[in-house]
Amino acid sequence: MIQADGLRKSFRGKPALDGFDLEVPEGVIYGLLGPNGAGKTTAVRILTTLLAHDAGTARVAGYDVARQPKQVRRSIGLVGQHAAVDEILSGRQNLELFGRLYQLSPRQARRRAEELLERFGLADTGSKPVKHYSGGMRRRLDLAASLILSPPVLFLDEPTTGLDPRSRSQVWQSVRELGATVLLTTQYLEEADQLADRIAVIDAGRVVAEGTPAELKSRLGGDRLDVVVRREEALERAARALSSIAGTAAETDRDTRRVSVPVSDRIAAITAALSVLGEDVEDIAVRRPTLDEVFLDLTDRDQTGGHGAKSEKEAGV
Amino acid sequence: MTALADGWTVARRDLLHWVAQPIGAVFGLIFPVFITLVFGYLFGGAVAVPPGADYFAFLMPGMYGMTMLFGLSATMIAVTTDLDRGVMDRFRSLPMASSGVLLGRCIADMLQSAVLLVLMLGCGLAVGWRPEGGLAGAAAAVGLLLLLRFALLWAGIYLGLVVREQGALLAVQTLEFPVGFLSNAFVAPGTMPGWLGALAEWNPMSSTVAAVRELFGNPSWGGESWVAQHAVLMAVVWPVALAAVFFPLSVRAFRRLGR
Ligand SMILES: Nc1ncnc2c1ncn2[C@@H]1O[C@H](COP(=O)(O)OP(=O)(O)OP(=O)(O)O)[C@@H](O)[C@H]1O
Ligand SMILES: [Mg+2]
Repeated sequence: MIQADGLRKSFRGKPALDGFDLEVPEGVIYGLLGPNGAGKTTAVRILTTLLAHDAGTARVAGYDVARQPKQVRRSIGLVGQHAAVDEILSGRQNLELFGRLYQLSPRQARRRAEELLERFGLADTGSKPVKHYSGGMRRRLDLAASLILSPPVLFLDEPTTGLDPRSRSQVWQSVRELGATVLLTTQYLEEADQLADRIAVIDAGRVVAEGTPAELKSRLGGDRLDVVVRREEALERAARALSSIAGTAAETDRDTRRVSVPVSDRIAAITAALSVLGEDVEDIAVRRPTLDEVFLDLTDRDQTGGHGAKSEKEAGV
Repeated sequence: MTALADGWTVARRDLLHWVAQPIGAVFGLIFPVFITLVFGYLFGGAVAVPPGADYFAFLMPGMYGMTMLFGLSATMIAVTTDLDRGVMDRFRSLPMASSGVLLGRCIADMLQSAVLLVLMLGCGLAVGWRPEGGLAGAAAAVGLLLLLRFALLWAGIYLGLVVREQGALLAVQTLEFPVGFLSNAFVAPGTMPGWLGALAEWNPMSSTVAAVRELFGNPSWGGESWVAQHAVLMAVVWPVALAAVFFPLSVRAFRRLGR
């Protein structure tokens, strides 16, 4: 449904996309992950016909984004990084306005607005000006506006940034119920983990890893054994024991008194660790690597590079 | 046809804004009315007017011109706000006629300016200004004022689309005053130092204001120079020339949003 081959885009000679490839099958919720400035928004803007690319090709719902922008626009919904709704108008007026611009008749636009307000829990506040809406309500209205034509393909650029956990799970729920093909960018790895069927990690304008969340996690190598010891003095002994059990060096975190190693046989490792360390063990657990660890592993390497400085600057905002 | 229909839909958004915020809709009246009162009642006695003329009869056509001039920043604000809020992106991602976006801005701002002008004419009548050039003259005067607004509209759209720096808006709003004062709207260009007076005479504002005074049959300065002698002609030529420059520039800037 969404296909990008070797997309390139530079702003004043600085590449924002540098050979970006993507393949999103129909019906899949696809997560695009990357640090600040990685090129996520640029990719979404190109795929939604808002921005022209310098090289490469992209097709959405079977149409070429450069040559058939009108057809693409009829097949997509876009929720941008900032809620793009009119602040002064009411939620209902917003939906009617955009419905008319989707070429619905006045009556169809009105009916569709009612349906969407109902579906997104905005029926009560539909007549209030949007400037009195909470962040979550605004986001839901934004989402509703992009669904006026029930498009087969939906683009969501950081749809839950700035929302509280409750509003966030409401948006997630709505996205799951859509049944559309969705390309979603996000800063929250948990969001990608919860929502996305597949994930691409993008860094400096190109995809550096692709797969299901589980596949990406297993790239870091199987499970990890975490042991928390009772006393700080026992840390060293625990590290030595776990290193010999796992056959690789253990990571030690002094603050949390935790020692961690990758393991292949979970049960054998737990039994061995308990028998060696015995009384010193306060807590012991085997877990999968988190997506955070995968993400940091994939994107941390060139933190000294040009965009590393930008990430730091933006992180403070 | 869809362009016109989409343009009207986009313009209707502004009409709905006025219903929701009537004060905002007539905000453009605050400055011209304020200046009218300050000049009319405070400075009125001190400013030289054409011999035998009532100050308001002289001042009001200048104020009508100022009302149109202030529309420049009003248009610019509207365009920048839509760009910043992402509403422009939303419009551009819809299967609508892309010309509908600018057309809508054009329809909405022209309608608003027409309403503001009618209200200003009402203020003029209230302070004793009278049109004395007949109905045809009055209609032509209103037409020339709106023509100036039309030209400034495209200048405003262009500036709103290309100038992305903070403070640019303030600069334009601030510059509207010297442009207004450096014309024949308040004082005679003949009383200014030579080069400044020439600048004021060639100011497009001056041509429109002089033509409007002539067509309304209100007192005016006349003037020896060619521009002053051909005010009505220049009140058509200037706006048409400005629009001919800024319309294509605006369309190009709009297309360049996708670069
Ligand atoms: N209109 C523009 N003009 C100039 N540079 C731009 C423009 N848009 C993006 N860039 C640059 O392109 C690079 C990619 O930006 P992009 O917005 O696509 O990143 P992102 O992954 O969406 O980041 P974020 O997580 O901060 O939203 C950045 O270095 C950015 O500064
Ligand atoms: Mg972004």
